[in-house]
Amino acid sequence: MWSILGPVSWVVSAAIFVWLAWDFFRINAQYSEDSLLSSREGVDELFSAQAAGDRHD
Amino acid sequence: MTDLAIGRPAPQQEFNLLKVLGPVHVWGLGVGIVLVGEFMGWNYGVGKGGAWGALIACFVSGLLYTCVAMIDSEITSTVAAAGGQYAQAKHNIGPLMAFNVGLFMVLTYTMLNASDVQVAGQLIQLGAQQLGHDIPWQPFTILCLAVLTWLNYRGVFATLTVNFVITAIAFLTIIILFVGVRPWTPAVMMFHKDLLTDLPYGWIGVIASLHFGIWYYLGIEGTCQAAEEVRSPGRALPLGTMCGMITLLIAAALTWYVACGLMPWEFIGWDNELAPLYDAARATGSPTLIGILFIGTLLSAIASANGCINDAARAWFSMGRDRYLPAWFGAVHPKYRTPYRSILFLTPIAALFALYIPLAQIITFSILSGLLNYTFMPINMWAFRRKWPIGSIRRGFEHPFHPFPAVTLLILCIVTFFAVYLGYGRQLLAMMAFYIIASLWFAFYRYRYVRRGAQFTMPWPKPQGY
Repeated sequence: MWSILGPVSWVVSAAIFVWLAWDFFRINAQYSEDSLLSSREGVDELFSAQAAGDRHD
Repeated sequence: MTDLAIGRPAPQQEFNLLKVLGPVHVWGLGVGIVLVGEFMGWNYGVGKGGAWGALIACFVSGLLYTCVAMIDSEITSTVAAAGGQYAQAKHNIGPLMAFNVGLFMVLTYTMLNASDVQVAGQLIQLGAQQLGHDIPWQPFTILCLAVLTWLNYRGVFATLTVNFVITAIAFLTIIILFVGVRPWTPAVMMFHKDLLTDLPYGWIGVIASLHFGIWYYLGIEGTCQAAEEVRSPGRALPLGTMCGMITLLIAAALTWYVACGLMPWEFIGWDNELAPLYDAARATGSPTLIGILFIGTLLSAIASANGCINDAARAWFSMGRDRYLPAWFGAVHPKYRTPYRSILFLTPIAALFALYIPLAQIITFSILSGLLNYTFMPINMWAFRRKWPIGSIRRGFEHPFHPFPAVTLLILCIVTFFAVYLGYGRQLLAMMAFYIIASLWFAFYRYRYVRRGAQFTMPWPKPQGY
């Protein structure tokens, strides 16, 4: 049983890295570079969205 | 839930890091990165200065890091941006210092991540060997790195919630070992009276042991990297960082007390089986304590690697966002809101170092970069208080007794540099040469791409004297 732990670990690791690569390429293709690079330092969108919601109420 | 939160594609939509963290996540991040230093690494200081020398180093380094935590708490709670000390340097000092500080942090955390996953793999190998099975460590090192990269990629809240839980369990195992050796009845299991000798190499040995004394706390400054993702920076960062520092001081004292009461200093100082606290549990002969400490040691290495992936990626991401590095690295995942390109870029580097570079070499890279970062902090603090004195801007936290913590930190950094030079002089000089070359590259080539005005994001008045 112990001898298969090594190969199983390699297979699981490979599966995880394949998923990460798939998602990485999918996101890069699906969204524009402008959107992906749109992050701004110091922006608090969670609270500003909540505040906007409160104002609508 | 809004469209913004679920990441539905829309033109001109902004994707920022999410503010979802609280003080427990900050604690989990800071203590999680560091606690592995209680389980291993600090013991080489015993080899340099003996048991008493290592205790002095523990307290002196504790003072150094208390100053780091005080300074960081004030500046980061005010400069609440990903990148931590990089963002502080950018606002308080200038671009060349910011570039260097960013590199210090990326190297500190990437090298620490590599050594953590290497140790995790080797611990699993060690555990299997003690059960009579010989297995390679490399597959477990890569599996650990893959799972933690996936976790970091999928979101910061789950990543640091996991870190909080496994760090708390690892800390609990130190408490269990302390209680298990029955400290209230000396000379039954522990023999401090017989095992504690004078300083074997005098006071120069004590100074040399400072090199490894910083292992007890190395990485607590990593809490600053969460600044852009905490809900309330002014509360969560000082609270999480200070509670983390108190936790580490307790853990360091308990670790020294238990290990030096169970094993002779000559063994602790040259412990080749990676983990002195685990060996301390083996010295008790209790299978329960041995099992618990094995789990604690493994979890501490995993928690440290997890926090390091988080911090290295944020520092790299911030530098990309300001064009200190190619802008491509400044991307945020639309759904998970993580710096996914930076996370993935740094993973193969950590894997290569973990698989092919000896542990002592990787750790030395990490320590030296960390120490350079601490040396920047007093300069940063003086500049911050001089340019924006108390009352001129709103601070989340004001640390007391300025400038004494900054002066103390600078003196202790110089002494620790000397200690590192005693043991790893060539590596120290090579590291300095690397940063000088990188600085030349930045000053004469990369700086033209930096967004010079846009990088200052804090709504502050002009600094005094400008």
